[in-house]
Amino acid sequence: MSTTSVARPVGDSPPVDGAGPAATPRAGEDPSSPHGIPAHDTGAGLTVVPRRNPWTWVGVVAVLILVAMFVNGLATNPGWDWPTFAQYFATETIIRALGTTIQLTVLGTIAGFALGVVLAAMRLSHNAFLRTVAWAYIWAFRSIPLIVQLLFWFNIAYLYQTISFGLPFGPSFGSVQTNDLFGALGAAVLGLALHQAAYAAEIIRGGILSVDEGQREAAAALGIPRHRQFFRIVLPQAMRSILPNAANEVISLFKGTSIVSVLAIPELFYQVQVIYGRNSRVVPLLLVATVWYIILTTLLTIGQYYVERHFAKGSARALPPTPVQKVRARWAGLALRARRETAEVAR
Amino acid sequence: MSTAVVDLRGVTKSFGPHRVLDGVDLELAEGTVTVILGPSGSGKSTLLRTINHLEKVDRGQVRVGGTLIGYRQVGDRLHELPERDILRQRSRIGFVFQQFNLFPHLTVLDNVIEAPLSAQGRKRSEVEPEARQLLERVGLGDKAAAYPRQLSGGQQQRVAIARALALHPDVILFDEPTSALDPELVGEVLAVIKELARDGATLVVVTHEVGFAREVADTVVFLDAGRVVEQGPPSQVIDHPVHERTRAFIDRVL
Repeated sequence: MSTTSVARPVGDSPPVDGAGPAATPRAGEDPSSPHGIPAHDTGAGLTVVPRRNPWTWVGVVAVLILVAMFVNGLATNPGWDWPTFAQYFATETIIRALGTTIQLTVLGTIAGFALGVVLAAMRLSHNAFLRTVAWAYIWAFRSIPLIVQLLFWFNIAYLYQTISFGLPFGPSFGSVQTNDLFGALGAAVLGLALHQAAYAAEIIRGGILSVDEGQREAAAALGIPRHRQFFRIVLPQAMRSILPNAANEVISLFKGTSIVSVLAIPELFYQVQVIYGRNSRVVPLLLVATVWYIILTTLLTIGQYYVERHFAKGSARALPPTPVQKVRARWAGLALRARRETAEVAR
Repeated sequence: MSTAVVDLRGVTKSFGPHRVLDGVDLELAEGTVTVILGPSGSGKSTLLRTINHLEKVDRGQVRVGGTLIGYRQVGDRLHELPERDILRQRSRIGFVFQQFNLFPHLTVLDNVIEAPLSAQGRKRSEVEPEARQLLERVGLGDKAAAYPRQLSGGQQQRVAIARALALHPDVILFDEPTSALDPELVGEVLAVIKELARDGATLVVVTHEVGFAREVADTVVFLDAGRVVEQGPPSQVIDHPVHERTRAFIDRVL
């Protein structure tokens, strides 16, 4: 349907029969039914039937068949090797590796987003110097592949054996061996955080730009200090559009930590590779890693729902109930009805 | 040195080649209500925004309570102050926006106490009861825990007025406070402003409500093309305008 016909001013439409003077009841007619339609048929008593969509059901059936075939394959194809999966799924090695993966994700997220906030604020600053520095950082770290960056930090001792502290081109006050400064895990966290910061900065900047300029102006007119304007007024409102993208980033970082297996850090993916290197059971061990990734991504997604809800405060007249609240309300309704029924039976 | 609360001298401002304010002089005495009228594009809002340095001036000076706003005078030059100092100066000047600009993620009470807490460094135990009193005064004592979007436009604007009052400002500036409201909500906001006027607050109001100006204003300033064309009591400027442009404008809006 074209929207132009909707936009046309009402006055342009040809007069509908019955509108205007024609609507005056003609002689001999019941005034409540201008077109001779019986009064009870004017539309007041008609039932509304929602639009039917039969193709939905065709789709549902097709998808159910495909899912059934897949599940059947999982259960019957011996190649999935579920006994091996069960054997390794919760072994200490895997759990410890999972811990390392989570640690990398948490540290990478915290450091990455902390630096990202600073970079976003710099990019939006009035100061051209800060803007340029932030722009150059983001340009550089989005251009360099993460894997190259990780290998670079891991091998930095090859370029700089010692790091000394002193005046540029002047005397040095002391120095440390680069290898003592951080190990493989340190290199991994540093690489992930610096990489993450560049992306986080752009997501946060986008969120801040989405906040109405009037908000910052009102805060400025009230004399609220600069940092408070940012953290109390603008950022919480920006969070609404930052969060879905940020959750994406955290989840992709969580799975992306598998890339640090190049540094021989015993995170989940590396550990799984080590094990199937020994016993050649590639598929069930990949499944072990995948199922853990699915479980934790699910937890993150649930967390995302509640964090988004928190920052939606004040954005709607009333927040919709959470799934838990919905279940509880339904359960309370059922319990109430059951109680009423038993009371009736007792009577 | 005059005793005026707001004192503008030769305020000039251009946006690109377009001169929005052209040497505006204005002196507003304490406890008076000044209404600024003028066709759209005449520079009314810009003039108001120079008073709290939301707009920087190109030439001229703005004083509020005797203090030069936004600049420090060194010899015959004006150096712009660091933002921190400007923010401190602004916390003595209330500003009410056309679009309310309440903070939607904070409750009504938090909207009112935010600036006294963070800009004036006052204690919550002292600010909060006062904020509740202010909300009572604008007729919204029962809305302290509500969020702005749960309120009507008129109620939101009254919260914005309470938010401005919470700073104990020397002067309150209103930038078309009723222009974004449904007609039936205009009255409740004007009533609150009238009551402030009765209580002796110094107010500057940019508005199109000529009836309000006639009833409440001590001084009406008619602005056109960035210049003050005519100023005086409403009985003169609205009812017996001297200048042709003022007369044409009044005829159009009445």
